[in-house]
Amino acid sequence: MVAGMSHAATIHVGNASAIKEIKKGISVAKNGDTVIVQAGLYKEGNIIVDKQITLMASGQVILDGEKKFEPISVKSPFVTIKGFTIRGSGHSSMNDIAGVKIYNTKHVKIIDNILEDNFFGIYSQNSKHVEIYGNKIQAYGKAEQLIGNGIHGWKSDSLHIENNTIVGHRDGIYLEFVTHTKVLQNLSERNLRYGLHFMFSHDNSYIANTFRANGAGVAVMYTKHVHMEGNIFEENWGDAAYGLLLKDISDSQIINNQFDRNTAAIFMEGTNRVNIENNLFKGNGWGVKIQASCMDNTFNNNNFLQNTFDVATNGTMTLNYFANNYWDKYEGYDLNKDGVGDIPFRPVSLFSMMVERYPSAMLLFRSFMVTLFDRTEKLLPSLTPEGLKDDSPRMKSVKV
Amino acid sequence: MNKIIRYVFVDLLRNRTIIFYTILLLILSISVFSMEDNYEKGLVSLLNIVLFVVPLVSIVFSSIYLYNSAEFINLLVSQPLKRENIWLSIFVGLAGALCLSFLIGVGIPTIIYAYSTSGLTLIGCGLLLTLIFVAIAMWTSVLIRDKAKGIGLAILLWLYFGLLFDALVLFMLFQFSDYPIENIMVGLSMFNPIDICRILILLQLDLSAMMGYTGAIFREFFGNALGMGITLVVMFLWCIIPLWLSVRHFKKKDL
Repeated sequence: MVAGMSHAATIHVGNASAIKEIKKGISVAKNGDTVIVQAGLYKEGNIIVDKQITLMASGQVILDGEKKFEPISVKSPFVTIKGFTIRGSGHSSMNDIAGVKIYNTKHVKIIDNILEDNFFGIYSQNSKHVEIYGNKIQAYGKAEQLIGNGIHGWKSDSLHIENNTIVGHRDGIYLEFVTHTKVLQNLSERNLRYGLHFMFSHDNSYIANTFRANGAGVAVMYTKHVHMEGNIFEENWGDAAYGLLLKDISDSQIINNQFDRNTAAIFMEGTNRVNIENNLFKGNGWGVKIQASCMDNTFNNNNFLQNTFDVATNGTMTLNYFANNYWDKYEGYDLNKDGVGDIPFRPVSLFSMMVERYPSAMLLFRSFMVTLFDRTEKLLPSLTPEGLKDDSPRMKSVKV
Repeated sequence: MNKIIRYVFVDLLRNRTIIFYTILLLILSISVFSMEDNYEKGLVSLLNIVLFVVPLVSIVFSSIYLYNSAEFINLLVSQPLKRENIWLSIFVGLAGALCLSFLIGVGIPTIIYAYSTSGLTLIGCGLLLTLIFVAIAMWTSVLIRDKAKGIGLAILLWLYFGLLFDALVLFMLFQFSDYPIENIMVGLSMFNPIDICRILILLQLDLSAMMGYTGAIFREFFGNALGMGITLVVMFLWCIIPLWLSVRHFKKKDL
C-alpha cells in the first residue's frame, strides 16, 4: 500500500489529452493514482469507479446521464470524487438510480460537486466512513413519487455530511439504518417532503443545519440517542407541516435550536426521555404539540415568543416536565425579584384544547367569548391538564 | 348638502364625548405599543380594543346624537331640502367625525409603531366598523322614536355582534362538529362584521397557525383575491343596507 502511494501517477483525461474518455482513464489507472478530467461535456453513460483513485475535475466538467444512466457508481474503497457537475441521471421505480452512488464500500469522499436534476443525488448503500462535503444538489421534482432524495444513506455507518445544499428533492437528507453519523451545516430547502428524514438511525448528531420551507418540515422516527444542536427550522408551514416531528424517539438531546414560523414547531408522539433545552420557539402556530403517548421529556430554559399556542396536548395526564422557560404570555409577578415568576404558568389554554378537538373553532380565535373562556380557565383550571405547568417561569427571556 | 355636513362635522368636533373618545384611543394605543416589546403583540392587544370599543362607541354615540338632534332634524326638514340629502349628510358628518377620531387615536400610533400590512389592515377594519355601526345606529334610531328604547336597542345590538353571536357560533360548532361545517362557518361569519374584521387580522397575525390544516379552509377563502373581494363587498353591504333602509324609512317618516 505504502509503495503504491509513492508511485502515484496523474492521468489526464480530455479532448486535449491522449485519453479522451473518463472510462478509459479509470481503466489505465492503478490504485492510488489521480485522474484529472479537463473541462467539457462527457456523455459516457455509467462510469464505474472500481479502483482506489482520486477523480478530479479541472474546470467545469459536466457528466450527463442523459436521463438513462447512473453517472457515477463507486464500487471501491478509498475513492475521492471532486468538483464535477453531474446531471440528468436515469429515473426508475425498480432501482434507486443516483447521481453518485456508493456501493458496499468504505472511505469514500464526495467533495464540492454540483448535482443537478438527478433522481437521487448522492446515495450511500451499505458503506462506511463516507464523507460528503460541500455539494450543491438540486432537482426539480414535481411529485413525491417521481423524485428521489438529495442525500440518501441506507445501512451505512460513520457518514460525515457537511456543508451541502439540497433543494427540490423528495427528502433533503434521508437516513435509514445509518449510525454514528454527523450531519453538519447543511441547508435543506424547498424539498417536496421532508428536509431531514431518518429512521432506525441511532447515535447520530445533527448540528447547525438549516431546514427551510420543506413540504412537511423534518420528520425523525424510531431512533435512540439523537443529538440535535444549533439547527434552524423555519417556514415549514402548510397543511401538514412540522418544524420537527418526533415519532418514537428516545434518550435524545434537542439543544439550542431555533424554530421560526412553523405550523407546529415540535410535534411529539411516542417520544420518551428527550431533553429539550435552550431552544427558541418564535412565531409558530403551535410551539410544542405533545401527544399523550409521550413521557419523561423535559423542557428547560426555552424561549416561547409570539406563538399562537405555546403548548397543546390531547390528553389529560401529564408525564412531561416544564421548568425555567420564558413564556411571553406569562402574566404573573415576581415579588422577591429573583427573576422567576411567583405563580406557575399553564401553557395549555382551554381554547387550544378546543381547537385540538374541533379544528374549525379556530375561526373564533381572539374573539371575546374565547378570551373570556381562557381567562376563567386560567383562574380555575378544570378542562386543561392540571399538572402541565411551569412552576418557575422566567420573567426575562433566556439569552441563547 | 355640504353645509349640513360641515355643520354636523364641526358640531361633533367640539363635542366633549368625541374629544374624550379620541384621547382615550390615543392613550390606549400608545401605552399598548410602548408596553409591548414587539409590535405584533401590541397589535393583538389593540385588536381587542378596536373590536370592542369602536363598535360600542360608534353605535351608542350615534344613537344618542341622533336623538338629541331630533329638533334640529325637524328644523331642517321644514326647509326646502330633500329629506334624502339631509339624512345622508348627517351620516357623512357623523361617520366622518368618528373616523377622524379613530384615525387620530389608533391610526397615527399604529402607523408610527407598527407600519405593516397587519397594522394597515387593523386601521382599515376599524374605519369600516365605524361606518357600519354608524349606519346601523341611523337605522335603529329612525325606527324607534323613544330615546331610551332606541339606545337600549343599540346596546343590545352591540352585545349581540360583540359577544352573543360568537357564543351561538361556538354552540353550533359543538352541536354539529360531526358534520363538515367549515364552509358553513365561513358563511356564518359573514353575518357579523366584527367577526369578519377579526378573521382578516387573524390571518395576518397568526399566519403560522392558520397555514396549518386547522386554518386551511379559512385561508383558502380569505386568502385569495376572490374571497377578499367577496369579504370587502360584504363589508360594504353591511354599511350600505342599513343606511339605505334608514333613508327609505326616513323619507316616509311622520316627524
